[in-house]
Amino acid sequence: MTTLAKTKPKLALYWAASCGGCEIAVLDIKEKILDVDAAFEIVFWPVAVDFKVKDVEALEDGEIDLCLFNGAIRNSDNEYMAGLLRRKAKILVAFGSCACDGCIPALSNTTSRAATFDWVYRDSPSTVNPDDVRPQEETEVTVGTLRLPTFWERVCTLGQVVDVDYFVPGCPPQAHQIWAVLEAVIDILEHGKPLPPRGSVLGAGDRTCCDECPRTREEKKISRFVRPHEIIADPTKCLLDQGIVCMGPATRSGCGALCVSVGMPCRGCYGPAPNSKDQGTKMISALASVIDSNDPDEIDRILDGIVDPVGTFYRFSMASATPAGLSRLAGRDREALQERTS
Amino acid sequence: MVTTAEERAPVPTSEGTWQPKIVAFLCNWCSYTGADLAGISRIQWDPSVAIVRVMCSGRMDPTFVVKAFELGADGVIIAGCHPGDCHYQEGNYKALRRVHLLRRLLDGFGIDPKRLRLAWVSASEGDRWAETADEMTREIRALGPMKAGS
Repeated sequence: MTTLAKTKPKLALYWAASCGGCEIAVLDIKEKILDVDAAFEIVFWPVAVDFKVKDVEALEDGEIDLCLFNGAIRNSDNEYMAGLLRRKAKILVAFGSCACDGCIPALSNTTSRAATFDWVYRDSPSTVNPDDVRPQEETEVTVGTLRLPTFWERVCTLGQVVDVDYFVPGCPPQAHQIWAVLEAVIDILEHGKPLPPRGSVLGAGDRTCCDECPRTREEKKISRFVRPHEIIADPTKCLLDQGIVCMGPATRSGCGALCVSVGMPCRGCYGPAPNSKDQGTKMISALASVIDSNDPDEIDRILDGIVDPVGTFYRFSMASATPAGLSRLAGRDREALQERTS
Repeated sequence: MVTTAEERAPVPTSEGTWQPKIVAFLCNWCSYTGADLAGISRIQWDPSVAIVRVMCSGRMDPTFVVKAFELGADGVIIAGCHPGDCHYQEGNYKALRRVHLLRRLLDGFGIDPKRLRLAWVSASEGDRWAETADEMTREIRALGPMKAGS
């Protein structure tokens, strides 16, 4: 038994800037978690087992066979852990929407670090902070210096700070998809099956959410956009046909059309559809072309019904959004770029 | 042979002065022919505008526009047939709606929506094309290089 345990492949799971939902999703595979435990030796999983970072640091490089990394890269600690686990793991998987595309944490990329801090520590209605106390990276106390990680100006995806082998999208990835991925990995490790091409998206479909949607689609003509609470939607008809902004056309399949099946529009958590890099511009393309008007003023009136296009179209992919990159090119970055190219 | 926009219209740069880079996507049937006519008629227009021919303004995926900006364009023009004249019936209307929504998105990201212009230029309107190109260049010169919030 001891010798068998030694030969078991090593598994690590880690969370960076995330909500913890991906961790819960792993447990959502239910009793199969015992199969995971049987197949892998878990060497690091802060949410479930008591190994410390120093235990990971003590491992040989490449000693971990598989690391599922969820969460975006928000601060210096996240980045350190990403680099550490990249070194220690043979296969590093960006697990979940945050690690793949930035997800909800990356929505703060529309603003600055300073503005985020002002809101959180001063301006939000639920904040009481009369002395305007802010977290410091270093604080001297009697017993020594306390250190906090550096909060970056913007949120990055895992793939933007280290090389990533595979991507498992979803917020969170669905349990059956997680199991499918783990099963495939077990197959690869135990039976020597070939690895999928590096950079592949695993645990998801290769079409769009619309292809899984059970609703009936008709020729689209949208003359008014509504929000889900404003109408009682027909349970059998396409939500977009009914004027509800549904991200289905621009979102990768794989979830099993969960939201749309229960009357909520797709919010886009499985990320950009296959063969497209930018979810938002694809959504504009799909959405705008079916607006039922040729008159510029009326088009504008109809578009007024889309509240917050930036946050809606890039809710889960802001960190990898091209226009967000343009904003980043602004100012200093942009000038530096011009200097290099001119 | 594929000619890139950069090769086709090199932007003259003198030492230390910024020159705008404007990418214009012209539909094959009207606007590109219009620009061609402008050339044949020897109408001058600002060389900052580099033309890319597309089959229809309705082919203009908003992804192309943000890609152009990403690669260093300071402004983008999309030009197609006049409303009602589209070779493919309604491609230009699709372009119109997409541009309206895309402008809102650019605005949301702190990019001036004026950097994206939609124009209707027919095959016989060489002068109109030259005017559009010159107007856009003047506007982008006034806006300056692309910066957030500009």
